[in-house]
Amino acid sequence: MKQTKKNSSALAGLILSVVLLALVIFLENSGLVPPTHILFTVLKKGAVYSLVAVSMNLLNGFTGLFSLGQAGFMLLGAYTYAILTVPTDVRDSVYYLYGGSAIHFSLQELFGSIFGNSGVGGAISLVLGVLLGLILAGCVAAFFAYLIGLPVLRLKSDYLAIATLGFAEILRAVFQWQKLGPITNGANMIKSFPTFSSFNIKAGGKVVLYLSTFVPFLLTIICVAIIVLLINSSYGRAFKAIRDDEIAAEAMGINLPRHKMLSFCISSFFAGIGGAMFAMFSNNAQAMPYTSAMTYEILLIVVIGGIGSISGSIIGTFLYVACAEWWLRGLDNGQFLFIKAPGVFRSGFRMVVFSVIIMVVVLFFRKGIMGNQELPQKLRSLKAHLGKKKEAAE
Amino acid sequence: MAFFLSVLLSGISVGGQYALIAIGYTMVYGILRLINFAHGDVFMVAGLMLIYLSAAIPLYLAIPLMILLTVLLGFVIERAAYKPLRSAPRMSVMISAIGVSYLLQNTATYITGGQPMSYPSIPVLSDMVQVGPATTSMVTVVTPILVLVLVILLVQLINRTKIGMAMRAVAKDFETSQLMGIKINSVISATFIIGSFLAAIGSLLYFSNYTYITPSAGAMPGLKAFVAAVFGGIGSIPGAVIGAFIIGICENFVKVLPFEGASNFVDAFTFALLIVILAVKPTGLFGEKATDKV
Repeated sequence: MKQTKKNSSALAGLILSVVLLALVIFLENSGLVPPTHILFTVLKKGAVYSLVAVSMNLLNGFTGLFSLGQAGFMLLGAYTYAILTVPTDVRDSVYYLYGGSAIHFSLQELFGSIFGNSGVGGAISLVLGVLLGLILAGCVAAFFAYLIGLPVLRLKSDYLAIATLGFAEILRAVFQWQKLGPITNGANMIKSFPTFSSFNIKAGGKVVLYLSTFVPFLLTIICVAIIVLLINSSYGRAFKAIRDDEIAAEAMGINLPRHKMLSFCISSFFAGIGGAMFAMFSNNAQAMPYTSAMTYEILLIVVIGGIGSISGSIIGTFLYVACAEWWLRGLDNGQFLFIKAPGVFRSGFRMVVFSVIIMVVVLFFRKGIMGNQELPQKLRSLKAHLGKKKEAAE
Repeated sequence: MAFFLSVLLSGISVGGQYALIAIGYTMVYGILRLINFAHGDVFMVAGLMLIYLSAAIPLYLAIPLMILLTVLLGFVIERAAYKPLRSAPRMSVMISAIGVSYLLQNTATYITGGQPMSYPSIPVLSDMVQVGPATTSMVTVVTPILVLVLVILLVQLINRTKIGMAMRAVAKDFETSQLMGIKINSVISATFIIGSFLAAIGSLLYFSNYTYITPSAGAMPGLKAFVAAVFGGIGSIPGAVIGAFIIGICENFVKVLPFEGASNFVDAFTFALLIVILAVKPTGLFGEKATDKV
């Protein structure tokens, strides 16, 4: 009985993902919405951020480790990906301040030497190169998470938060160091690596099939699916046990340090991939955006969505990104809905409104959108609630 | 020698300024077990308020008014953002603190239009003086003295007065002190008022070394002051002060280390120090060892 229920929910998830992906491809290529429309920026950024938010939720919401190092691990991922995939012929121009790069290969060209660099072979080597780049980005982030986890995972909640926050700041300083210039390009940005729009299929200089929004969606869906599988496994149950009561969990035979480290490394692995995807989204990699402010942003997304709910994090991310990038834009430009007030609605007002909304959520709707329930569960309880209301009315 | 002395002096001065912020962190943590992430931003807002006030009224009125408003801000933040969450899990309160910090920074960005605002020069503090072979500004000399005076006063307040005794009791055991008839809300408010008052004075001293303020100017000194509080043993006021001086001095020496790009590592050094302390001696220099009850 339980097995069939599990299978059916897995099937539902699969169908939902396929429908979503098909919808994204259709939106991009139907011509209903021009490809430069803000909608696609929102969708891409939303896909990237939702992966990071889910990875943070795995740590903060499911394991109860309050870590604020997400931006640092994203930075590691972004740089790893960018450094390894800048094509060799543009390396000199990207690293012009340091007289060329210290690394003389790029992943997609390594595959290119096997599959060829043009046509279908070129496409295969691009896909494989980017995939390997993303996986390596995750691995580097996970490796550093392991190193920093050794001393800091023993710490209690808020000490852990401040230590991981500090670690992220250290990384930022190291990556901007002039001495590492030939590898990290110092404080300058690394660019010209394959981005989401590299996946658009072109023929004769014209794009015949847009895939630039499809690719981040696909990547995020795969990664989130892995995280969901993990959470539903025995490891996931151990994580939740640690969150609910460390001492009781230990008494039940759960190896605390090992499971905490596992959760920390896996979360960082996906944050690293998220960072690499963020670099692909923004077409450059530099240390500047990966500040503690970014971690706070993601944390607030997780809170809005509901701590301990994967679907909540995803819904929260898309709501947040859509509001920040699109729906509330008018608050910065003088006109919102039908109200014109250039004096009040000037640059920065959007973020003020936004932070007020966030404070309201934090203070009065502490459970966020989903609480710690997932979407199907929430829908069911909502249905039951409505049914009860109807009964009462009758 | 003159160089060494001037680095040491500016280290002591910065350390003193961190100390004033760190006390706010350590007192709040001692009582509420909360890292008040918004404290650094209160410090920044204090700086901005002085800029706007000094444009309208003379400095001798602007400074007391700024201190008063900062205290009010601290009080309001506690009442609005932390008090409703008193019985909530600690993580929620910390998230609320991050939310307040976000709100303060965004509001500051909106009001200033994101432009760096130039800080007014305060007559006595900005004057240059000669200390031995080194020339430095008056604020460098004033800071450590002022910090010492304030800390002695504060320690007297905590050890000798009724409200101080109540603070110690609440820090020791939240619930029992409530049972003993201590009005914890007023004690917590008093803590925030003292913390904000010291942060306002700290901002006066800190920003007079800088020509302008940006909305994110408070974040870094705030975090460093927190590191100082952890270093000294969180909850301990003398610990926070000593930790802040050590961090201020070390930081200024790191800045002048003879290798290229050393100044990039000032912040990184502070956090590396934090991680080392947490790994080696999590209770800090003077912290009490906390035991967990099962």
